[in-house]
Amino acid sequence: MIQMKHVCKSYKIAKRNAGFGQAVKALWKREYEMVHAINDVSFTIHDGEMVGYIGPNGAGKSSTIKILSGILTPDSGTVLVNDKIPYKNRIEYVRDIGVVFGQRSQLWWDVPVIDSFELLKDIYSISKPMYHNNLEELTLLLDLKELLRTPVRQLSLGQRMRCEIAASLLHSPKILFLDEPTIGLDAVSKLAVRDFIKKQNELHKTTVLLTTHDMQDIEALSKRIILIGKGQILLDGTLQDIQKGGASIDEAIAQLYKDYEI
Amino acid sequence: MRRHLRRCDMKKYLAFFNLRFSMGLQYRTAALAGVFTQFFWGFLEIMAFKAFYETDPASFPMSFDATVSYIWMQQAFLAFFATWMMENEIFDSIVNGNIAYELCRPIRIYNMWFARSIAIRLSRAVLRCFPILIVAAFVPEPYRMHAPHSLLHFGLFLFTLATGLAVTVAFCMLVYVLSFFTISPQGLRMVFTSLVEFFAGAVIPIPFFTGRMRQIMEILPFASMQNVPLRIYSGSMNAAEMKYAILLQLMWLSILVVSGSLLARCAERRVCVQGG
Repeated sequence: MIQMKHVCKSYKIAKRNAGFGQAVKALWKREYEMVHAINDVSFTIHDGEMVGYIGPNGAGKSSTIKILSGILTPDSGTVLVNDKIPYKNRIEYVRDIGVVFGQRSQLWWDVPVIDSFELLKDIYSISKPMYHNNLEELTLLLDLKELLRTPVRQLSLGQRMRCEIAASLLHSPKILFLDEPTIGLDAVSKLAVRDFIKKQNELHKTTVLLTTHDMQDIEALSKRIILIGKGQILLDGTLQDIQKGGASIDEAIAQLYKDYEI
Repeated sequence: MRRHLRRCDMKKYLAFFNLRFSMGLQYRTAALAGVFTQFFWGFLEIMAFKAFYETDPASFPMSFDATVSYIWMQQAFLAFFATWMMENEIFDSIVNGNIAYELCRPIRIYNMWFARSIAIRLSRAVLRCFPILIVAAFVPEPYRMHAPHSLLHFGLFLFTLATGLAVTVAFCMLVYVLSFFTISPQGLRMVFTSLVEFFAGAVIPIPFFTGRMRQIMEILPFASMQNVPLRIYSGSMNAAEMKYAILLQLMWLSILVVSGSLLARCAERRVCVQGG
């Protein structure tokens, strides 16, 4: 179970006007502005749920994922994931979770994909039978057979993303955080990724929290949607709640953003 | 249970070591280029020293033979001690935020980077040292590298070589960790690497400095890097000096590792992964 209660996180940002003079002035005196990335966010996600976490750029989606994966410490509020506090005792906690950052890479650039997988096996101390089972299953579901022996630098984005997702699931995490897993992918890869996430959730009852800008992802994957804007939860409901009229989901979301002025 | 955990822990970092080591071995062209550069550089340096020695050999703190051995060994194991060979990948991961992935793994960042850095330096040296050592052993006198003074000297040389490598890596770790706290690591890197080059005896062996300057340099952590193994090999340290140098090496190693890992824990906590 994932539980966030009244969580806040703000960043200090240095600001200055354009120009050389201003840059010189900033050597002595910096102006800072506090930006509230997350402001009093609360929600609960039960085991086995698949939740879409949406909102415009800069709404606080990634910050939430980073707090939930133990990377960032919130300023206030409580976070409990499987009865553990992510940012306390990080090393103990992260064994149970898998994270995919769509815009970053966890695979080693210059060596075949399988080398990165073997490394993860040792990092998570995955037992041999479990590793082989998982690898076999992931290879089959994500169609990795041809990719495993290829150096990562020679994979296409879609191929790489499939490998990235597999890498995050080798240790059979109970919870999976996906931060824009379909960003930049072509239609075929998108469908493959969606299909796989759905199967993973059905087969292993993996709890999935997914952020995305692609509404078809949401449509295909999650019944429950949490909408965040300017650091606050604006809506927590089903796709139908958002799609009231007969409008397409993209239009509905755009209308929603407009309504909330985010 | 605890012991079992420890073993698993070691295995994790060993896995990093293995991957980085085998990765390092695949850069063959870089190694070949390195061998040539180091060979010519060593040759040049020895010729320069020879010119100085010819004017008055008595006024030098090390015998010419010792200096020659020092230079060849230095060139052969350059990859162990060159602090300017820091890992860009680590700096990049801090600057662009790929460190996010490392932070959601059950590993200590410090230990992982340490294992990786040792591995990469070792893989570089393994590829480069043998051709240089072989050539250095067969070039005509007076450019030839000589065998170590005794078996004991050789054993101590190997030991201090390993400790010196660890000290160098522990020092680089400080720079990596400190760059968590700055926006760009370039400045830190420049300051630290030029400091080390000078004070470690990479440009001129430490015995060539005089008086107070030399006394200070010999206590600094930089003297615990290449200075000790190279001088032990070339036989320019007596028994008491060797004992003192080894103790100092071990002391600096523990100070650097402890302060580095404490700082790393502090950095992990205040880390702030930016952009998207």
